Amino acid sequence: MSRLEPVRRKLDLKAGRVDLSHGAGGRAMGRLIEDIFHEAFDNDWLRAGNDQSAFEVGAGRMVMTTDGYVVSPLFFPGGDIGKLAVNGTINDVAMAGAKPLYLSASFIIEEGFPFADLKRIAQSMGEASRAAGVPIITGDTKVVERGKADGVFVTTCGVGAVMAGLVLSSDRARPGDVVIVSGTMGDHGVAVMSKRENLEFETEILSDTAALHGLVADMVAACGPQLRVMRDPTRGGLAATLNELAHSSGVGFSIEESAIPIRAEVAAACEFLGLDPLNVANEGKLVAIVAPEAADALLAVMKAHPQGRDSAILGRAVEDENRFVEMRTAFGGGRIVDWLAGEQLPRIC
Amino acid sequence: MKYVDEYRDGALAQSIAETIKREARADRIYRLMEFCGGHTHAISRYGLEDLLPPSVRMIHGPGCPVCVLPMARIDLGILCARDPRITLCVYGDMMRVPGSQGSSFLKAKAEGADVRMVYSTLDAIKIAEKEPNREVVFFAIGFETTTPPTALAIRAAQKKGLKNFSVLCNHVLTPAAMTAILESGGEEGVLVEGFVGPAHVSTVIGTKPYEVFASHYRKPVVIAGFEPLDVAQAILMLIRQINDGRSEVENEYIRAVTREGNARAQAEVAEVFDLRDTFEWRGLGWLPDSALKLRGKYAEYDAETRFGLVAQPAKDNPACECGAILRGVKAPRECRLFGTVCTPDTPMGSCMVSPEGACSAHWTYGRFRERNAA
Repeated sequence: MSRLEPVRRKLDLKAGRVDLSHGAGGRAMGRLIEDIFHEAFDNDWLRAGNDQSAFEVGAGRMVMTTDGYVVSPLFFPGGDIGKLAVNGTINDVAMAGAKPLYLSASFIIEEGFPFADLKRIAQSMGEASRAAGVPIITGDTKVVERGKADGVFVTTCGVGAVMAGLVLSSDRARPGDVVIVSGTMGDHGVAVMSKRENLEFETEILSDTAALHGLVADMVAACGPQLRVMRDPTRGGLAATLNELAHSSGVGFSIEESAIPIRAEVAAACEFLGLDPLNVANEGKLVAIVAPEAADALLAVMKAHPQGRDSAILGRAVEDENRFVEMRTAFGGGRIVDWLAGEQLPRIC
Repeated sequence: MKYVDEYRDGALAQSIAETIKREARADRIYRLMEFCGGHTHAISRYGLEDLLPPSVRMIHGPGCPVCVLPMARIDLGILCARDPRITLCVYGDMMRVPGSQGSSFLKAKAEGADVRMVYSTLDAIKIAEKEPNREVVFFAIGFETTTPPTALAIRAAQKKGLKNFSVLCNHVLTPAAMTAILESGGEEGVLVEGFVGPAHVSTVIGTKPYEVFASHYRKPVVIAGFEPLDVAQAILMLIRQINDGRSEVENEYIRAVTREGNARAQAEVAEVFDLRDTFEWRGLGWLPDSALKLRGKYAEYDAETRFGLVAQPAKDNPACECGAILRGVKAPRECRLFGTVCTPDTPMGSCMVSPEGACSAHWTYGRFRERNAA
């Protein structure tokens, strides 16, 4: 037996942990990448073993986005940091009306992090990326000393292509346009909170993390020219999203509280946590602003898609130099739906 | 949501609103104070103001624990947190309250102080158990609602033999603040004709302590829950008392409040706490017999004694009207800082920090009314 080729030892995926050598650029790092990431994401680009991946650029305009994930805890009901990273980045690309094409993934791992957890996260990313048909074609791994990170941080980058002539942008809402959400609000934030240390509570609520590009493709096919803007209401929830759109477009919004889909369990959890579900993060929902004449058609298309079953019209954009998001409460009065001040739910994604 | 939605029902709200409109006389103004921040928040969040006739004016009272805490006590907490031996545990809504020179617990934490946000006093006990080498101090604030949990934490620390747990006590008393408002006559005083009385506080102390306000001060008091229908119903009950020339303590919140209150909680508090001779309140000044301190036998759990902490006088921003707003003399919109340099993102005064504060509630939920009024 040749002594020039050392025996290739598999990682101890049951009990082993990441140490500093796994980020040092040597054989240990190679094994980590091979046994965990390539195994989970497997595709021709990664197998080629380059520091980058080349792909053809098709017609239309390219879309690019990047996102860092620091959620705590890493595993929560309905998902984990990996699934969140893949779906979240796909959604950011899709909100431009684009078809997501490729992803990158970068990991900053804390020394001592169990291989088993890393494997679980990578496999979850692989599954999400295959389910969405958007491969992870390049990546990076770094290891930092214990205490310098919290388990693992994931950064993903996504590229996609949007068809010529389709321009969705946050400054395009006009008075009279209709506001539609694709489903229930606050599920993700509440699911994560339910597993936070010192706060744990029993609930059936699952994170809504999901890739929305299929729903978006149907919406674009049906009402592309009438669509003004789409956004996924993640951190800061529906409230932050509507305020951002109001500011970018220079309009106000007028919405009805009773029209907002919220699960009873989410409403109950928010009640005892002292949160407003409108400030709570979503990871598998979108807000669409559409020209009034296309609103009913768009709503029907959204409701016909599994990810838009609970879609609802919330209200309209209105002329308002103050750019207020005003809401008629179910109780019968009026109020503003404002941005959240301070941090209500840190590290939710 | 069962047992909650019933108290937010829009149709019932309309019916109470119509009764209020019918019964409230148009030739007079009803000046009613909702004592608690919880009520202020409910009024703003559900848009209750829109259901009231113009003759009914709600004055936001000082019942917001964060808002009445003077800057000197926040400075004291920050001083305590900067001690490298100490881990200071605070409730979340304290984090951003401004102390002197723009300081806050949040900023102190960023500068390296070990400040941790807790959801309950028992979280602080857990930290003390887990980290025996740290001096864990719980920054206790609040009215009679949050006092029993602090008492229980101190008793738990004693039972567990914890030597590294203490409390920086800022607990205050509701009746003392109501008295101060009624006693503050003259130009600085405010004409309050009736109180929407505390919800959670009253579950602990009962309705009895308010009887003096009805008998001696001749002011109607209606104890009300924190749901919007509770508040609407209490407003109607107050209007009826005023119209009838009655001044009684009535209890709208019978599903949770009795005349005697929670005897067990009262006993725990009496065991651990004693009255302070005097205590400074933001907006109300120094009030005798208005706050609590730890009894001598619990002195080892008293952070002020343990670390020799002494509050230094601190001055609010002279333009900040929190004081007058907390006394009900001014409305948030009458403060020059409101909405200009003072917003929930950059609060100058405490009323802008807590979601229960009058300024924060008005800014966050109600500021569109300024435009509609203009």
